[in-house]
Amino acid sequence: MNILSIKKEFPIFNNKVNNNDLVYLDSANSSQKPKAVIDRVNDFYTKEFSNVGRSVHYLAVAATNLYENTRSSIQKYINAKDKNEIVFTKGATEAINLVANTFGQKFLKEGDEILITELEHHSNYVPWHFLRKSKGIKIEFAEVNTDGEVTIESIKKKITSKTKLIGVTHLSNVTGAILPIKEITELAHSKGIAVLVDGCQGAPHLKLDMQDLGCDFYAISCHKMYGPTGLGILYAKKKWLEELPPYQGGGGMIKEVKKDGISYGDLPNKYEAGTMATAQVIAFDQSIKFLEKIGINNIIKHERELMEYGKEILRKNNSVKLVGNPKNKGAVLSFTIEGVHPHDIATILDEDGVAIRAGHHCCQILHEKLGIAASARASLGIYNTKEDLDKLNSSINNCKKIFNLK
Amino acid sequence: MNIKELYQEIILEHGKNPRNLRKTDNFNKDAKGYNPLCGDHVHVYLKLNEQKKVEDASFEGSGCAISMASASIMTDLVKGKEENEVKEIIKDFLVMIKENPELKSKNLKEEEKTRLMCLSGVKQYPMRVKCATLSWHTLISAIDNTQEEINTERLD
Repeated sequence: MNILSIKKEFPIFNNKVNNNDLVYLDSANSSQKPKAVIDRVNDFYTKEFSNVGRSVHYLAVAATNLYENTRSSIQKYINAKDKNEIVFTKGATEAINLVANTFGQKFLKEGDEILITELEHHSNYVPWHFLRKSKGIKIEFAEVNTDGEVTIESIKKKITSKTKLIGVTHLSNVTGAILPIKEITELAHSKGIAVLVDGCQGAPHLKLDMQDLGCDFYAISCHKMYGPTGLGILYAKKKWLEELPPYQGGGGMIKEVKKDGISYGDLPNKYEAGTMATAQVIAFDQSIKFLEKIGINNIIKHERELMEYGKEILRKNNSVKLVGNPKNKGAVLSFTIEGVHPHDIATILDEDGVAIRAGHHCCQILHEKLGIAASARASLGIYNTKEDLDKLNSSINNCKKIFNLK
Repeated sequence: MNIKELYQEIILEHGKNPRNLRKTDNFNKDAKGYNPLCGDHVHVYLKLNEQKKVEDASFEGSGCAISMASASIMTDLVKGKEENEVKEIIKDFLVMIKENPELKSKNLKEEEKTRLMCLSGVKQYPMRVKCATLSWHTLISAIDNTQEEINTERLD
């Protein structure tokens, strides 16, 4: 696999940042886009645009076919049993809100418990908090250990007879911990508990097999998968989509509307109210093709090598401290430098063209638990190289020099 | 813009050894500020005497070098000044940090202006302006007794 030729597919790297080549280490936030995806958006609007699923004219039929074609590609890519288990949303956030809202409406009552973890991104906490306010449900947190991981034991400890759903991240966007989803699902199902996986970080970097993982819900963010913004995916087992009420009402999601009653559309239309992010859905097919062309096993191998390499050089760097040390770790390197606030690190690195993120990465619960206000995070993608990590390290050294650190 | 103009020695020094990082005894005005983007908190305390002159100013909190240096220099500068003078200085500072090339306040001595101007490099880094202004907005809130926590995302 030739990374440099893969990198060439991303036009963004032709640009300079502060007169430097761009070293993009913020893919956990959002990944860059290959030319094929960018061109597809343009082509669709230029030559093929129409709304989908409504009109009978030529363009509408063609666009509908393209739109549904992406759904089939996703089904195949994540090995879902049924094409109609794929629901398009405006993002992973909306996918989780959809589940919290509809599952909450139908199945939760005061005193019921939702079990999440201390690793969760705010988007897998706040939607449940709404239910805590409106319905009086309880939210329990499975504890993170000092290595920044959540074990099956710590989840087991917090399960009670009131637990109705377990919501877990597949891969932590801060420590990089990869959670044992299959084991969690088996444990949960043995007790009649549903499982929702926040797959924002898992989907771009891990092998996806819904039938093997067995989870009930899996939320995906397309813009982190080399795809367009404004698009997410909710995978949900068919029985749930059939049983849960619709999320939003409007055009496209209904079967028949009368003054005295409304019936809802079949799956997946029932959950896709209004005009969807059509161009993004159609362009996302190119993201899937891009990932398939490289092959997930090659992606995993490349990113693991890079992560191990990055971990080593950061470990050897005095005054740099890695956040967490999970045994099974994805391509995320969060760190702190004693005596330098992460925001100062990020500003100084940016001057060298090195783009990282600083802050709490939407994980305040985790940062509080780890006893730090914020961290700096270098997160990797398929286009990154060892040279990028060397540049990260030399830029960190520059930062230490400015702050008079050894 | 060279990064060293932003991180001048004086900023690094104040950032490392902030002045007035404590809680004023018998303070009579205070306010909290919060920057949700980075999670930084600041708590500003003031003690005004009967003539409305600042007897003491201090702050608690943690943050980046820019925000710590800004709070450190700010609390140093306002000591001994009258409430109205402080308000005018804050106004002057907030305009300077975003657009004005210099400070115009008559209530600042030349040496004080020079000290404050070391923060002017922040102008080139729009994402960091809030780091420099958080403690100043919080100081306004303390003086006005608004009882409302300053949130940098709700400011212009």
